[in-house]
Amino acid sequence: MKITMIALAAVMAAGAAQADDVAPGDVQFDEYGAVAASLSGTDGDPANGIKIMTSRAKGNCIACHEVTALQDTPFHGEVGPVLDGIGDYRSAEELRGIVANAKMTFEGSVMPAFYKTSGFIRPGNAYTGKAAKEEELTPILSAQEIEDVVAYLLTLKES
Amino acid sequence: MRFKAMTAIAGLLIAAGPMAFAGGADDDTLIINGEIEMISKTAAPAHLDDVFDEIVSGWHFRTDETQALEIDDFDNPAMLFVDQAIDAYDVVEGEAGESCASCHEGVENFAGLATAMPKVDADGKLVVMEDLINECRTERMQADEWKWSGNDMQSMAALISLQSRGMPMDVAIDGDAAPYWEQGKEMYYTRYGQLELSCANCHEQNYGNYIRADHLSQGQTNGFPTYRLKQAKLISKHNRFRGCIRDTRAETFAEGSDEFRALELYVASRGNGLSVETPAVRQ
Repeated sequence: MKITMIALAAVMAAGAAQADDVAPGDVQFDEYGAVAASLSGTDGDPANGIKIMTSRAKGNCIACHEVTALQDTPFHGEVGPVLDGIGDYRSAEELRGIVANAKMTFEGSVMPAFYKTSGFIRPGNAYTGKAAKEEELTPILSAQEIEDVVAYLLTLKES
Repeated sequence: MRFKAMTAIAGLLIAAGPMAFAGGADDDTLIINGEIEMISKTAAPAHLDDVFDEIVSGWHFRTDETQALEIDDFDNPAMLFVDQAIDAYDVVEGEAGESCASCHEGVENFAGLATAMPKVDADGKLVVMEDLINECRTERMQADEWKWSGNDMQSMAALISLQSRGMPMDVAIDGDAAPYWEQGKEMYYTRYGQLELSCANCHEQNYGNYIRADHLSQGQTNGFPTYRLKQAKLISKHNRFRGCIRDTRAETFAEGSDEFRALELYVASRGNGLSVETPAVRQ
């Protein structure tokens, strides 16, 4: 029992796809690009959301977005809008849609899609410069990781 | 919508004036060795009318410390490589018993060449500086080809381009060059890889902005081969293209590929009017 729990925890920590996840190809975006249903079915963890947002190997959100509350991690970018207060004016559904695939909300957005696995031009094998080995790529973030980021973004309130 | 509006505002601030935006191009003047006045900002070429008012050398986006390394040849680390090429220029190699100097005499005879590269050759093929050098080596000298991004090749490309330093870039984009230019333009706007990023996403829409610790420039190539502090050597244009496309999580193109020749022509044409700055120094 204990061993199973540890194994389960390890899998979850690695961000692997879970059985209950909505697959990237099955995500239902509404006409404004929002996604109503949780991608993982499990509440997001805002503390893990911070790790994902600041890690170069994960979301690296601060590469493009400034977040005053995350200034402990240096070098915030200027390519996307500042995210301070975003929890005041965006809903969980809107944020989920934007993080999963921002182009569904903002046509032509520079922002990469973090939960998309096909339909790319010359998809590569991560950052090797070589061709991808699989037809379907692994999404940059897992369903749960998207939920974690959304949960953190909702805490960014100024009012 | 909000996102696009933010990008547009950032662009306006940059266009409105230096220092209006924390990360924009700086307002310094690039004069090399206290005497060569470089055109490092100028009106954009006509084909960019809808895109930019002004084109700006990457020098303006670097730190003062990095900028200083380029303004005096004694401080410019690329000059060690140029010196090696000056020596290599006179070395007889290959079955034909020739050196570069045997045919071309003084290297100063190459003044102006770099401003017009890439160009379409007599056979209708688009060629870049590395092609000209290797063609001389294999056909006239009957010597071995040089590796595209190797020190020998990039040092010689830097020496030859240095003869045009200060002259404005002026690549042809019409006539025989037009189909290659169109191919390169299409590549420039293609969103490659899992991150779905085009050259334009960063270097047209977001130049002047920071992406993590990187200060995005317009991606001009007028200073190539350029000494990159990160790699401590001269870097070819194709090497930089390859790195950028790789970083979009894409299958990149090969150095010396026809795709990169076409992209090189298109990117060079976006810098028409800027001085040749070779060998530039970047971060």
